[in-house]
Amino acid sequence: MTKNQIPLWEVFIRPRNGLAHKHCGSVHAADEVMALQAARDVYTRRGEGTSIWVVPSSAITASDPENKDENFEPALSKVYRHPTFYDIPDEVGHM
Amino acid sequence: MSADKAHLVTFLLRLADDHLILGHRLSEWCGHAPMLEEDLAMPNIALDLIGQARALYAYAGEVEGRGRGEDDFAYLRREREYVNCLLVERPNGDFAHTVLRQLYFAAFMEPMWRGMTASSDETLAGIAAKAVKEVAYHIRHTGEWVIRLGDGTEESARRMREAADALAPFVDELFESDEVTAAMAAARVAPEPASVRAEFDAVIDRIFSEAFLERPAGAWPRTGGRQGRHGEDMGYLLAELQYMQRTYPGAVW
Repeated sequence: MTKNQIPLWEVFIRPRNGLAHKHCGSVHAADEVMALQAARDVYTRRGEGTSIWVVPSSAITASDPENKDENFEPALSKVYRHPTFYDIPDEVGHM
Repeated sequence: MSADKAHLVTFLLRLADDHLILGHRLSEWCGHAPMLEEDLAMPNIALDLIGQARALYAYAGEVEGRGRGEDDFAYLRREREYVNCLLVERPNGDFAHTVLRQLYFAAFMEPMWRGMTASSDETLAGIAAKAVKEVAYHIRHTGEWVIRLGDGTEESARRMREAADALAPFVDELFESDEVTAAMAAARVAPEPASVRAEFDAVIDRIFSEAFLERPAGAWPRTGGRQGRHGEDMGYLLAELQYMQRTYPGAVW
């Protein structure tokens, strides 16, 4: 009963302008307005953010951990996909 | 000390005591709030209030010029020397009582701080500039709770009505005028509390109407806090607040 009335929300914080919102945790709240306030109170107490997103946890579709071998293992043997086989001229500097 | 200075010190101590005592009350929720999110939100507000109190005490000590600092005011006075209003010392009760008490105080202080951002007293204007942002959030946070509890379940609505009835006698005292408030208004240091009543009522009316709550009528107003006459609960509050400094005089972090 309590769980239905106070659902879970995922919290995303943008630390600075120009950076992406990053997942930082979750809060319980009755609705989106209260979720934003809870996120502000729980996750920005030390000046961590300039913007907050909250998303109902139930709105997130997640990959199944059981499928992790077929999802992710095939990529491990394909090192040529990493852009590490180029000679970078010194003038380009740090990329 | 000139009469003007004495009035300013009294005015600063009233404000500071309001913020210290309410901050202390809110801090009592730390570790006991109904959910983790509020367990952080209540102490967050408490820290805002205590920060405001510290700035006000420090400035009151400076104006008074008798060497008293923030700790002397906060920890080493007797009950009758505290001049906070009675609303802020009311016990926490349930969550409905706590959020409504906070909403009343914030809705009173928001226009007061806003007025003081243009104070002829530069130090006070500086304190107000910081506080006005903090208090705006306090109204938003507690207002949203009053709306959700008032327009929530049968039980939450009943508790909200009980809180409104219980706190009604303590609202009018916020707006009292006397020679101190008159002197502050005349010197353009701070607005007369009575002059912000309409703004207070507009905020509370809007939130109560969204919460399907009636504003209680006919409550017998209680007063005396500004003269140091407090309720029975104040002694218990001070016993806890002052314990460390009384037991270990001069203890520091």
